[in-house]
Amino acid sequence: MSLGVSLLSVEGLSKSYGGIHAVRSVSFMLQAGEILALIGPNGAGKSTCFDMLNGQNVPDSGRITVMGGETTGRKPREVWRLGVGRTFQITATYPTMTVRENIQVALVSHHRRLYDFWTPMMSIERGEADRLLDLVGMAGYAERPCGELAYGDLKRLELAIALANQPKLLLMDEPTAGMAPRERVELMRLTAKIAREQSIGVLFTEHDMDVVFEHADRILVLNRGSLIAQGSPAEVRANREVQAIYLGEGLLYDAVHREGASA
Amino acid sequence: MAFYFVQFLTGLASAASLFLVASGLSIIFGVTRIVNFAHGAFYMLGAYIAFSLTERLSGALGFWGGIVVAALAVAVIGVIVEIVLLRRIYHAPELFQLLATFGLTLMVEDLVVLIWGPDDLVGRRAPGFKGAVDFFGQNIPSYDLFLIVLGPVVLGALWLLFQRTRWGILVRAATQDRDMVAALGVNQKWLFTSVFAVGVFLAALGGALQIPRDAVHHAMDLRIIVEVFVVVVIGGLGSILGAFVAAVLVSELNAFGILIFPTISLILVFLVMAVVLVIRPWGLFGKKEAPARRTPGLTVIPWRPLTSVERLASVVALALVAMLPFIAGNYALTVGAEIAIFVIFAASLHFLMAVGGLASFGHAAYFGLGAYGVAFLAKMAGLPMIVCILLGPLLGALGAAVFGAFAVQLSGVYFAMLTLAFAQIVWSIAFQWVAVTGGDNGILGLWPEKWAASPSHFYWLALGVSAFVVSVLRLITFSPFGYALRGMRDSPLRSESIGINGKRIQWTAFIIAGTTAGIGGALFAYLKGSVFPDNMGISLSVDALVMVLLGGVETVPGAIFGAIVYKALNIWLVSQTDWSKLVLGIFIVLIVVVFPKGIVGVVESVMQRRRAAAPKAAALSAKMEGAQ
Repeated sequence: MSLGVSLLSVEGLSKSYGGIHAVRSVSFMLQAGEILALIGPNGAGKSTCFDMLNGQNVPDSGRITVMGGETTGRKPREVWRLGVGRTFQITATYPTMTVRENIQVALVSHHRRLYDFWTPMMSIERGEADRLLDLVGMAGYAERPCGELAYGDLKRLELAIALANQPKLLLMDEPTAGMAPRERVELMRLTAKIAREQSIGVLFTEHDMDVVFEHADRILVLNRGSLIAQGSPAEVRANREVQAIYLGEGLLYDAVHREGASA
Repeated sequence: MAFYFVQFLTGLASAASLFLVASGLSIIFGVTRIVNFAHGAFYMLGAYIAFSLTERLSGALGFWGGIVVAALAVAVIGVIVEIVLLRRIYHAPELFQLLATFGLTLMVEDLVVLIWGPDDLVGRRAPGFKGAVDFFGQNIPSYDLFLIVLGPVVLGALWLLFQRTRWGILVRAATQDRDMVAALGVNQKWLFTSVFAVGVFLAALGGALQIPRDAVHHAMDLRIIVEVFVVVVIGGLGSILGAFVAAVLVSELNAFGILIFPTISLILVFLVMAVVLVIRPWGLFGKKEAPARRTPGLTVIPWRPLTSVERLASVVALALVAMLPFIAGNYALTVGAEIAIFVIFAASLHFLMAVGGLASFGHAAYFGLGAYGVAFLAKMAGLPMIVCILLGPLLGALGAAVFGAFAVQLSGVYFAMLTLAFAQIVWSIAFQWVAVTGGDNGILGLWPEKWAASPSHFYWLALGVSAFVVSVLRLITFSPFGYALRGMRDSPLRSESIGINGKRIQWTAFIIAGTTAGIGGALFAYLKGSVFPDNMGISLSVDALVMVLLGGVETVPGAIFGAIVYKALNIWLVSQTDWSKLVLGIFIVLIVVVFPKGIVGVVESVMQRRRAAAPKAAALSAKMEGAQ
């Protein structure tokens, strides 16, 4: 892994609501091409963290730097313009448009043509939109109304939309939540492949430990707003505190994962 | 000093009725999520029925009994309305609910004239409160003092009702999450009905208590409903305490505004509302709206530009319509020009409402501003007609730019109510600023120049401009801007996260819609030869809404057909009956209940079904052939 300027650097990020410290002095770095998982029990502060990185929530203190530029307190749309793509835990797409049009809107925004009042949308960025659809394995879906898509397909569409501005960093909040087991694995394999090929840094939150341990280069563990561990999957898995709080120490768990690893 | 104190008390007394009506509206909205436009009509009915009862029943008991019985009677009417009409539309988009209750308002307006006649009725004074109290040489009517006490008493009673009774707890629970309450086994139907009954009772009581202070007349519903909207917007929809505080604030502003700024007193309240909304978009005591419910089954047919065949068909249709002057007389041509103008107006609202998801309840403001723009330019500056038509709509654009900047900060019912309030501001200016606008007398003598003076020439002008405006709006709908605008309607979260400044997009759309409405208004001024404050009145705004909904809000060409059908029907009705509001009201209610997708919507879904059925049938027959 390169040791140049890190893609994303977070220093001392904090946020509290009333007397509750949702996120407490969280610091970490993310390199280009690295896949970093943020895990932790419900209420650990993962989503608050994510919303602050994305600009949907303003931190009380701390600094967020993307590619050397500070983004703390910037609006989501400004963060996006710096090359940060985002997918949502509950998908947010345009249900009344076709799948291709969903991507075209993002492309038009990326090329700053939102105030074009005359050119028919049909003829704008069609090829690029289809290329992105092909990339996420949805080549045949271009003309389908987005509102008719199955949930797993919506998640893939969101990934395609997030890639429209050629991001350097992808923020994925529970990318596989609500999907069937096989779909989960496929989506994360796809994400990992794209990230490696295009050297995109990925930060994702996830509850499915199979997905996390298979794809993450490094893992951050959050509990009650504080980072309690970070490191490679093996390090985190061996961490006693993490086991106690989140992973559990059951023999079955160990057995399954040791076998999985050796097979 | 004493004078100001008395003025202050008068304000407090007015606040009592306003609070009763506003709290009723708030309670109903909290549970059913319906913004009950008919609330003003129930207030008016309360006043009329109380008038009749107190005239017939004698003595103190007769008076106070009459007031209470009137409010109860109206509550019973409310229950019937809820069971027969509202239960059918709880799951419709909120726009349809506003529209259905507006239809009811129209019906009631004509019904009260049918029953009680068109004249103002002056009610009996309240027994026991007939005199006045002397305060340092100033007279305070003792009935005002009664009302001042009544307001807080009702507030306290409502507080007890909602905090201390089982019913109140259920209502509060339903306000937070009505699906959860239903899941817990509460009979939601009757909860909704009872809430509606209480809300209507409060409105009717507010109306009944007004009769010793004010004459009863058949336009009192619109006046109160606009004030009540202002009160709930300032106080926060769903908050009873907010309704009380805002009712006092608004009444005091009215009481002192008339002393300090007599010529712009009507505007003052709306200005305060605009300021509150900028600082606290959900009102002083309101909470942020939950994201709007997506209505299931709505809009599944993606829009697409016209095919070349369809484009050809449109051109042919336009050419045929342009032949009208060769076969029809002058009256038909004037009607035709009016319909063409209303196509412009409806198309401009459709752009905002269907493409942008922003349902304006005050779109007539920009239509009227365009008309007044023309009148100012022609009458004061003496400019030629063509220049007036080109520049007049800019007044609409200007109005839209100013009001739109505030309005797009909100969405849903708040947006609807704010646009309505802004339209009332514009109307008040036209009505009150007599020196410039001529007030109620309007500006007369705006006749087209020679080249456009004959009915056929003016018809062609209106048709040509209409076709041009509709084409431009359609082009924008399918441009990147149109998609960005639709994106904000579909998912603001997604738009923001792909770099779109949604509020700016919506503001631009608001200006486009205001400008095009202004073009319609400019032509309308020349068609009628005059402009009046009613060119920007509520009923015109609602006409536009009905046209869009009748045509089909989910379709692109809906507004055109809606405008043609509605306007033709309207002109015909007015020529046939004196009770056009009653018929129109019934018609609107029927559209909402029976025809929610509109004319074009129904046609499109039939065609879609055929198209979907065709390939399946072909595949099936191929399969059967293969099997044989």
